[in-house]
Amino acid sequence: MALRTEELILNVGPQHPSTHGVLRLEVELEGELVVKVKPHIGYLHRCFEKHAEAMTYPQVIPYTDRMDYLASMYNNFGYVIAVEKLMGIEVPERVEYIRVIMGELQRIASHMVALGTYGLDLGAFTPFLYLFRDREKILTMFEMTCGARLLYNYMWVGGLSHDLHPDFVRLAREFIQYFRPNIVELNNLLTYNKIFIERTAHIGILPADTAINYGITGPMLRASGVNWDLRKNDTYSIYNRFDFDIPVGQGHVGTVGDCWDRYYVRVLEMEQSMRILEQALDQLPEGDINSDLPKRIKPPVGTVYQRVENPKGELGYFIISDGSLNPFRVKVRGPSFVNLSVINELSRGHLIADLIAILGSIDIVLGEIDR
Amino acid sequence: MKQYFKNTWEGLWTVFVGMKITFKHLFVPSVTIQYPDVKVPLPERVRNRLYVNMDDCIGCDQCARACPVECIEIETVKSMPEEDLGKTSNGKKKALWVTKFNIDIAKCCYCQLCVFPCPTECIYMTDVYEFSEFKREDLLYKFSTLSGEETLQKKENFEKFQAEKEAQKAAEIKAKAEAAAKAKAESESKPNSDETKQSEPPKQENS
Amino acid sequence: MYNFLTELTGNEIIAAFISAMLPVVFIVPFVIFGVLAERKVSAHIQDRLGPMRVGYHGVLQTVADFFKLIQKEDIIAEGADRKFFNLAPYLVFVGSYAVYAALPFTSTYIGSETDIGLFYIIAVSGFAVAGILMGGWASNNKYSLYGALRSAAQIVSYEIPTALVILSMVMLTGTLSLATMSEMQTAYFWNWNIFGGAEWAFTKLLLIPFMFIAFIILYISTLAEVNRLPFDMPEAESELVAGYSTEYSGMKFAMFFLAEYGNMFAVSALVSVIFFGGYQSPFGYLGNSLGLQWLIPYEQLFWFALKGILFVLVQMWLRWTLPRVRVDQLMTICWKYLIPYSFANLIIIGLITLL
Repeated sequence: MALRTEELILNVGPQHPSTHGVLRLEVELEGELVVKVKPHIGYLHRCFEKHAEAMTYPQVIPYTDRMDYLASMYNNFGYVIAVEKLMGIEVPERVEYIRVIMGELQRIASHMVALGTYGLDLGAFTPFLYLFRDREKILTMFEMTCGARLLYNYMWVGGLSHDLHPDFVRLAREFIQYFRPNIVELNNLLTYNKIFIERTAHIGILPADTAINYGITGPMLRASGVNWDLRKNDTYSIYNRFDFDIPVGQGHVGTVGDCWDRYYVRVLEMEQSMRILEQALDQLPEGDINSDLPKRIKPPVGTVYQRVENPKGELGYFIISDGSLNPFRVKVRGPSFVNLSVINELSRGHLIADLIAILGSIDIVLGEIDR
Repeated sequence: MKQYFKNTWEGLWTVFVGMKITFKHLFVPSVTIQYPDVKVPLPERVRNRLYVNMDDCIGCDQCARACPVECIEIETVKSMPEEDLGKTSNGKKKALWVTKFNIDIAKCCYCQLCVFPCPTECIYMTDVYEFSEFKREDLLYKFSTLSGEETLQKKENFEKFQAEKEAQKAAEIKAKAEAAAKAKAESESKPNSDETKQSEPPKQENS
Repeated sequence: MYNFLTELTGNEIIAAFISAMLPVVFIVPFVIFGVLAERKVSAHIQDRLGPMRVGYHGVLQTVADFFKLIQKEDIIAEGADRKFFNLAPYLVFVGSYAVYAALPFTSTYIGSETDIGLFYIIAVSGFAVAGILMGGWASNNKYSLYGALRSAAQIVSYEIPTALVILSMVMLTGTLSLATMSEMQTAYFWNWNIFGGAEWAFTKLLLIPFMFIAFIILYISTLAEVNRLPFDMPEAESELVAGYSTEYSGMKFAMFFLAEYGNMFAVSALVSVIFFGGYQSPFGYLGNSLGLQWLIPYEQLFWFALKGILFVLVQMWLRWTLPRVRVDQLMTICWKYLIPYSFANLIIIGLITLL
């Protein structure tokens, strides 16, 4: 007669040190093995899409900042490109270059948070602080340019709110010089550490076809071996003028598509972002940024779907305009929302400690999931 | 078997490398400062608490319309033609009394959208970031410089003025109607108007 | 020391009592120093400053924390088993304090002059397991229970490599008593056990690599015994909030803390006594060269404390460098790596001693 065992249901969150935000995971356990994970979201829902229907087009931009609050330049970027595509306006060259520079700096900053908090989940306290110390430099640059450190409202429809500060280019180049050795130090301290590898290799393996079926995008997809990046495959803005590689997970230690690969793809992406940054700084033209700023944003009737490569994945804006000053509907495809859906598949058969590791490697931001 | 020894060696070696890095960091001077004794110098474009310079405000309501969270409330009263409210710093003549200019700084999202539309640049963001209060009502900033009685007085003035204007207008219309009726009556009673043309102009009251 | 106290008070029982309480006089300042050192060391590793406001550069921080913890409300959850809940922290503390009875602080003071000091130490570290299990179960909390079970499994399995390494040292030195072992490593630092022991034969050179291996194995397994990172699964902050001590508040929490730091020092002292000469100075005694015989015990106390604190600092250094090891990997390290290595070590050291 077999032993009758009951399955234990454990609630992880909503207040928990390592769910990145208010997320509730209902975990069904058998002993220490995870059988099923059900995420419950909605604790941070702030009705962004409903607000957008009542605001004018420029007034929506501060609201887009607050979705993925760790990468708000890119949220602005996506929205602004979408409205410009709808209205059919072209922006000056300098504006395009500055947007790319800010976007790539924001990508580096967002990945710093992702990697730092991942180490923190696993118990390594120091890389978190080293990365945040480096992130301060980026945030100081942003503060110098537009006045805010986290929620910028910087990219406007047809231009930018402020031109670059005169010291910006010099500081950006200094940052690149400063940060390259720090990535090497991070690798020595955390990435190639045997204990870290033991905790993350062969954990949460996501095969490429499962990833594509679930609609995963961003570093998660690239870590599973699929070479897909919107900056190269569906180019927007001026990314086709820069020369950079797309890091793809190759399973150096462990299998392709495990947590270590997702972590390592982000480390390599930071390096590639710095390459783009260098090239953009070299090619930056002069000019007046607000020469083409339209007085009233009143797009013609129509719809547009524009997607950009957020640090977390594919961020898509679907805007329906009815010809008035307010948009009729703004729908956002948040990458973390789609990426979170695969956590059940990934964590079956692993231990609770692995669940934390897998959740950290998906890199979610609750602001984007709940909007 | 070889993997076994490799694991052991790697385990010990990477731990040792990590320890070397953290040991070096023991001698790096700290990057933090002792707030609140020492404060970080803020750049010039920083976006913190809002301030309105009421001498320059012309009451155009552009900032209130640009705010995405509707935290600015403005009420204005038209001034009398003989009153002189002065000029703003860039030469515009002010024509409205701004009786109410409330900013609920608790709602403000520091997006800076109100700064750009202002024609006289009287609303701007300062670098004050330590302004917490004990009561939430204290966070409603009132910028209007007119006191309660002055506001009432201005409103009364305006209403009286309005009433006068209304009365004048009504009288004008009445007079016009009377004159038109008179002219009609006269043109009906005299079919041939060649010799006996009315030479006196119709009476009009000055408006 | 015992004789001195008997003469002082004139009563053997009181002398014994005072002699037993002396380690507390040592532990409490050590804990105050230890908590502060942990925070300051971790801060400087992370390029920041740590506590700075209480006292000069934060020196009085632990005292302030202690006062804060005393005046906190003692919350006991409703479903908790009161008797065991209240008893658990004290049991854990007893487990760590009892080890101090067998540690030789100086050549004249040792808590209890038994001949089987090492055997007693290994036996008594099992108290902590009972205390932790009680604490986890009586909290009536799933997370605490998980933490307690993991901790119990961890401590019990890591006793084995500890015992094996201690066994090989016992074979080498021929005595179980820690006081005798310290005495054997007299004079200068090349007489320490890590460099092969006091006997100057050619076996001394042969032993050195195996002594190093034994030291590393012992250090790792004692690190696991006291639940320090990288083996702190039971208190994993980001996964189980605080493991078996989640539900404790106020004085009892302070007790757990005291027990942890006391334990840390005890095992560091153990490692230093076995391998690094205990209270012996590496360069000879000032008292000897100056002719002041009464100075020697104080010097020995100084060296003992210094070596213990040095190993505690290394433990802290490791904590802030490494990520956490998962539970089953913890068991793998113990049973598949440490135990075979310590067995091999035991056999080889045994063969060498036969030479």
